[in-house]
Amino acid sequence: MSEITAEQVAHLANLARIDLSSEEISRLTLELGQIVDSVAKVAEVATPDVPATSHPMPLTNVFRADTVVPSLTVEQALSGAPDRDGDKFRVPAILDEE
Amino acid sequence: MKKAELMDYDKALELFEPVLGFEVHVELNTKTKMFCGCANEFGQGANTNTCPTCLGLPGGLPQVNAQAIESSIRLGLALGCEIAEYSRFARKNYFYPDTAKNFQTSQYDEPIAFNGQLTIELESGRLVTVDIERAHMEDDAGKLTHVGGATGRIQGADYSLVDYNRGGVPLVEIVTQMIEGGEADSPEIGRTYVAAIREIVKALGVSNARMEEGNVRCDANVSLRPRGSNVLGTRTETKNVNSLRSVERAVRYEIQRQAALLHAGGTITQETRHWHEDTGITSAGRPKSDADDYRYFPEPDLVPVAPSREWVEELRATLPEPPAARRKRLQADWGFANLEFQDVVNSDLLDAVEATIAAGAAAQAARKWWTGEVARLANVSGVSADSLVQPVQVAALIELVVAGTLTERLARQVLEGVINGEGTPLEVVESRGLAVVSDDGALIAAIDEALAAQPDVLAKIRDGKVQAAGAVIGAVMKAMRGQADAARVRELVLQRAGSTE
Repeated sequence: MSEITAEQVAHLANLARIDLSSEEISRLTLELGQIVDSVAKVAEVATPDVPATSHPMPLTNVFRADTVVPSLTVEQALSGAPDRDGDKFRVPAILDEE
Repeated sequence: MKKAELMDYDKALELFEPVLGFEVHVELNTKTKMFCGCANEFGQGANTNTCPTCLGLPGGLPQVNAQAIESSIRLGLALGCEIAEYSRFARKNYFYPDTAKNFQTSQYDEPIAFNGQLTIELESGRLVTVDIERAHMEDDAGKLTHVGGATGRIQGADYSLVDYNRGGVPLVEIVTQMIEGGEADSPEIGRTYVAAIREIVKALGVSNARMEEGNVRCDANVSLRPRGSNVLGTRTETKNVNSLRSVERAVRYEIQRQAALLHAGGTITQETRHWHEDTGITSAGRPKSDADDYRYFPEPDLVPVAPSREWVEELRATLPEPPAARRKRLQADWGFANLEFQDVVNSDLLDAVEATIAAGAAAQAARKWWTGEVARLANVSGVSADSLVQPVQVAALIELVVAGTLTERLARQVLEGVINGEGTPLEVVESRGLAVVSDDGALIAAIDEALAAQPDVLAKIRDGKVQAAGAVIGAVMKAMRGQADAARVRELVLQRAGSTE
């Protein structure tokens, strides 16, 4: 059985800026535990000659040339912004007063 | 902490041993950003160089800039690093509005370059070898402006404005191992190390390397270990120290601040600190979160970078001579005294002087013109000396002086003409009619006239009082409007006066 705890889930939710109720935390603790257990089964069948990978495709070194392509216009760039001030994105104050 | 509350620097070193570490971010001067084709330039209008990828919009996918990889590998090699055979990007997750994607694309456990070394030389001649843990690639964040509040700083701001032109610009972050044994030299080690990095990236041509524009930024880690203890102290990380002098000041300040706190029985909080250029102090920023809280994971939208050994060796062959070695070689070749050489280095005129010598000028003459008259004129117009005039022109000017066509005084006038865009030194000499009068006939006529006007002087010279000739030489030089070689005039005066000196 996995060792996922409710505290870990609450911590992760906080880092991910997701507001979870205590019921949701309980349910996710159980579900995440099951997911971790399921993934662990893969380790049982993986032999040492199978290298770990983050990617299913056997590709490396996919690069693009250093050539400028047109950017969005300022209006396009700001069109999805909740708030703006001139040509800049406007966001709420970030840190509270110390 | 107020300056008066700091511990005296010497006392701090008596009680504690400083341990340093530096993270230097180098902005690469590629044409485009790290993962998209937006132009890598800012200072224009805000948010003019953005696209769905660097704005983190849905559907935006990163594509790696080949030039950025090449520059990163060359930089790694110049720092004596090994280049990874297999390297990956990773997401560093955090929420902060300067990063629209909500993660920074960086590298975690598989950086492109690692295990390097850089030896720096302090003013005392002491050599310090700084071990480089790694140099990894990542993208830069956007630029925040905090508005409102009492101070205009982050704390107490009413809101912030974001310009994402810098977001996604390629960076290489160079991380040192812990530097121990720096002792009283610690602040100077910080400054000299960052200066050496700056010099290397400039020599490689991979960055514009202008600290005042944030092309090279330093985070300085400082901790103190009580004498006799082998337990490391808690460190602080002072962020974005953006001039060489500030690196030195910030390290010194942190040593004195931490020493005062520890000595009074306090503890150091592991935190990032902000450096304030104006007041010369650091202030607390956010508490440093554990690396785990960034929840790094391999970037699923990018495939690994696996530079072939052949490519790495090709790039190694393109490396310039290390700047420190080049300085040593040039000083020896030119035979400059330390002060003369430092003058050239500190004025950022090494390239200009080297090119002038390569164009045929004598080393001392090249140094004298660049650090003298050219630097003076550049200073007057508030520009850098090497932007004022081409080394070949300075070499041509020196040649005219050596050939006797120009006196030093005339040469200064010609230099002004060249800087004014009037052409090459020779063209300026012709158009302004500035050449030394080397026609003996014209000189003799002027000399005879001057001698006739001053018969008493003529008599003295005939009596063997040759120093009296000065008055005649002065009159002749004046008549020639300075365009005569004084030594030649003297010779002719004595000859015409019939002196047998």
